[in-house]
Amino acid sequence: MDAVIDDPALATEAAPKVPDSIDLRAEFTASGLAEVFDQLDRELVGLVPVKRRLREIGALLLVDTARRRFGLEATSPTLHMSFTGNPGTGKTTVALRMAEILHRLGYVRKGHLVTVTRDDLVGQYIGHTAPKTKEILKKAMGGVLFIDEAYYLYRPENERDYGQEAIEILLQVMENQRDDLVVILAGYSDRMERFFTANPGFRSRVAHHVDFPDYSAGELDAIGARILDTMNYRMSREAEEAFKRYVELRMQQPHFANGRSIRNALDRARLRQANRLFNSDRPVTADDLVTITAEDILASRVFSGGIDSYPPLK
Amino acid sequence: MNAIDKTKPTEEKRSRYSAGVMEYRKMGYWQPDYEPKDTDVIAVFRITPQDGVDEIEASAAVAGESSTATWTVVWTDRLTACDKYRAKCYRVDPVPNGPGSWFAYIAYDLDLFENGSIANLSASIIGNVFGFKPLKALRLEDMRLPVAYIKTFDGPATGIVVERERLDKFGRPLLGATVKPKLGLSGRNYGRVVYEALKGGLDFTKDDENINSQQFMHWRDRFLYCMEAVNKAQAASGEIKGTYLNVTAGTMEEMYERAEFAKNLGSSIVMIDLIIGYTAIQSMAKWCRRNDMILHLHRAGHSTYTRQKNHGVSFRVITKWMRLAGVDHIHAGTVVGKLEGDPHTTKGYYDLCREDFVPQNLAHGIFFDQPWASTRKLMPVASGGIHAGQMHQLIDLLGEDVVLQFGGGTIGHPMGIQAGATANRVALEAMILARNEGRDLLGEGPEILKEAARHCMPLKQALETWKDVTFNYTSTDTPDFVPQATAAE
Amino acid sequence: MRLTQGAFSFLPDLTDEQIAKQVQYCIDKGWAVNIEFTDDPHPRNTYWELWGHPMFDVPDAAGVMFELNECRKAYKGRHYIRLSAFDATHTWESLRLSFLTDRPTEEPGFVLERQEIEGRSIRYTTRAYAANRPEGARY
Repeated sequence: MDAVIDDPALATEAAPKVPDSIDLRAEFTASGLAEVFDQLDRELVGLVPVKRRLREIGALLLVDTARRRFGLEATSPTLHMSFTGNPGTGKTTVALRMAEILHRLGYVRKGHLVTVTRDDLVGQYIGHTAPKTKEILKKAMGGVLFIDEAYYLYRPENERDYGQEAIEILLQVMENQRDDLVVILAGYSDRMERFFTANPGFRSRVAHHVDFPDYSAGELDAIGARILDTMNYRMSREAEEAFKRYVELRMQQPHFANGRSIRNALDRARLRQANRLFNSDRPVTADDLVTITAEDILASRVFSGGIDSYPPLK
Repeated sequence: MNAIDKTKPTEEKRSRYSAGVMEYRKMGYWQPDYEPKDTDVIAVFRITPQDGVDEIEASAAVAGESSTATWTVVWTDRLTACDKYRAKCYRVDPVPNGPGSWFAYIAYDLDLFENGSIANLSASIIGNVFGFKPLKALRLEDMRLPVAYIKTFDGPATGIVVERERLDKFGRPLLGATVKPKLGLSGRNYGRVVYEALKGGLDFTKDDENINSQQFMHWRDRFLYCMEAVNKAQAASGEIKGTYLNVTAGTMEEMYERAEFAKNLGSSIVMIDLIIGYTAIQSMAKWCRRNDMILHLHRAGHSTYTRQKNHGVSFRVITKWMRLAGVDHIHAGTVVGKLEGDPHTTKGYYDLCREDFVPQNLAHGIFFDQPWASTRKLMPVASGGIHAGQMHQLIDLLGEDVVLQFGGGTIGHPMGIQAGATANRVALEAMILARNEGRDLLGEGPEILKEAARHCMPLKQALETWKDVTFNYTSTDTPDFVPQATAAE
Repeated sequence: MRLTQGAFSFLPDLTDEQIAKQVQYCIDKGWAVNIEFTDDPHPRNTYWELWGHPMFDVPDAAGVMFELNECRKAYKGRHYIRLSAFDATHTWESLRLSFLTDRPTEEPGFVLERQEIEGRSIRYTTRAYAANRPEGARY
């Protein structure tokens, strides 16, 4: 007597019922997308065009889902994206929310974000790259893979570059396992453009391009205020004035990284504040401990024509 | 001044040890302020005093009679550190809904017990006191075994994890069957049943408790034919198979001889009965650990003292003792089968077998937190009147680290023993698959079985044959804190 | 002959959808899933070849299915492939689930050899018919 005795009778699945109509508003509420968009508004100053794009993508996916229920959509949509823009413009934060949006709409099963750069995907010797790339892909499956500065994968000047191997595996998975993984390629706009030109395989597999504009001086001030608020600090009125000037000057300098530069500047201001309080003779009050004064800002090298950075730039 | 201070204690001492009879509570066996030490063994007894006997005095008497006291004061106490050796009853609670009986908590100093000896532990705690006249009845409900004492025992010879590794079987209950009829088969016929059941899909077959070496079957014959059956089934399936060869015999020497023979034939497991006694069990456990054998314990005889609620020793205490003594398998109840077993009480036994830390859970009859300090795990066995149609209930109640034994439910299959075994195995695998997929076993169980039966005729027949068989009786040994009737469907 | 090692061998061969559900169950329990393959199915052959490392940090079954498909590309039809799930919890530290996902197209089974020794005792040896041929050329 063999272990399995009869042939398996195939289960006939009941055909899903087609609804008469779908209330998109209700679907939107049920999906909880509103919360994600609210959170995005709270987290990120400005970025109006980006937020608009995200809402459009959200709407598109909701409609896709509805079409599917009417039997109007046959294949799963391509969801891979490119996020282009300068450093510090909120690409990673938006990617996190994007993963959440895709998860809430049922386009990825887990909704986690795996952030990598070339070094995580490309190996150093023959036979090293494929396992490395696959390891990352496995971890990202069910979620979103965010490849920062994706153009570094492609090094045309070196014909033995292992990056090409990673690219081939990536393309294959992006094509064949669209249900399992969404890839977001990110980096500077111009370099991404060149990358797509040299690798048309990527361009054809990326459905949504989102461009992240630089922040205006006013937005950067607002970002600074938010950062300080979350850390329970505040600026004196003179300090605010000084910081405005700081931002304007810093924006003109090289290596300006938008939100990231603001955060770094404030970290250094906190260092100077701590140092100032420590060196003063009088006992400190709670008010002293939360206040950044103008001198904490004005001591920056930016005001003397240097770049305010630690560690020093290469 | 000084003179007065000195005389006072002396006077008290003299009165405590002056010759004659004295109330136990006054001799130091009742100490309501005592806080048990981490190293104390604690026992909780259900005491039912004779009419007119005070419950505190009765409880103190139990403490006394299970430790240092005798019926009268003896001066030789004073040659010892008697305050230490005296067991201390520190708490007496009325039994909920049990007028006339009380739970008495008694702490024993660790020095009262010999290392690694269940015989000594049990002789102390239950040796004398159960016949004590002032009590109508007495039951040992639970014990808190301190880590310091647990560490003096080896624990199970093999343990659940290594047993699974040796058998290469993970993620599902093991399946067994007791060879039936339990008496009268010749060795050759007996081996036939083993072969059919194992080839059909069971992992184990089992000798019954009273299969030893009678006129109809010499033990050596049984062992030889059984191992032929095991090896043949193993080659036919590519899976590891086993049969519990019962080595229970009249003397220790004979048991060792049978166990050695089983080992030499390549058996992975031997079996003993509870009635061989605690010392013999510990000896066999040590032998099994030395010889890489799994040790199966049939709890033959336990119901004589575990079943009635007012008198005896509860099975949870026996379970604890057996995990210390070192057996690998113990029959621990089925809830839904033909033998006594309240679901909550049974859950308590299973936890004591398998967990590394069992928290106090009065609804399951567990009176104390019980740490096991990494003592190997003891595989519970569910056996007696169960069949494939109950698979969802069994897995829901008992989990996956258990041996499910379908004796009648295998051998009594209308299409034969192999078909019976296959039915059980398919039902089991289908249920585990479904559980892991997140399906609700209790709600969808019968549906899952029906689906599985679509590709397995033997399962279809089994479900049809036993569809109405249930054993719905109220259990006698139920928790006092949540009274329950046995919940067989 | 049908090899019945593993937790689900008495059921019809699992579909990829069924396999993925079992894998997700293991992942959700915090266990690392491992892929192994062999062409020597002897019941005491404990150490099947590993296909890469156990997957410790893969949150979704798709990652495991991806590797399983890679392994199949190399060995399907000629080897047995199984998935096992490892639980590192203290006092367990072993497998929690193990089941076959693929079998060779033909399963010739095992021969049981008996060597008669002293008394009426017999020494048994189980040998896979496939093992008569060299590794890699068995199925």
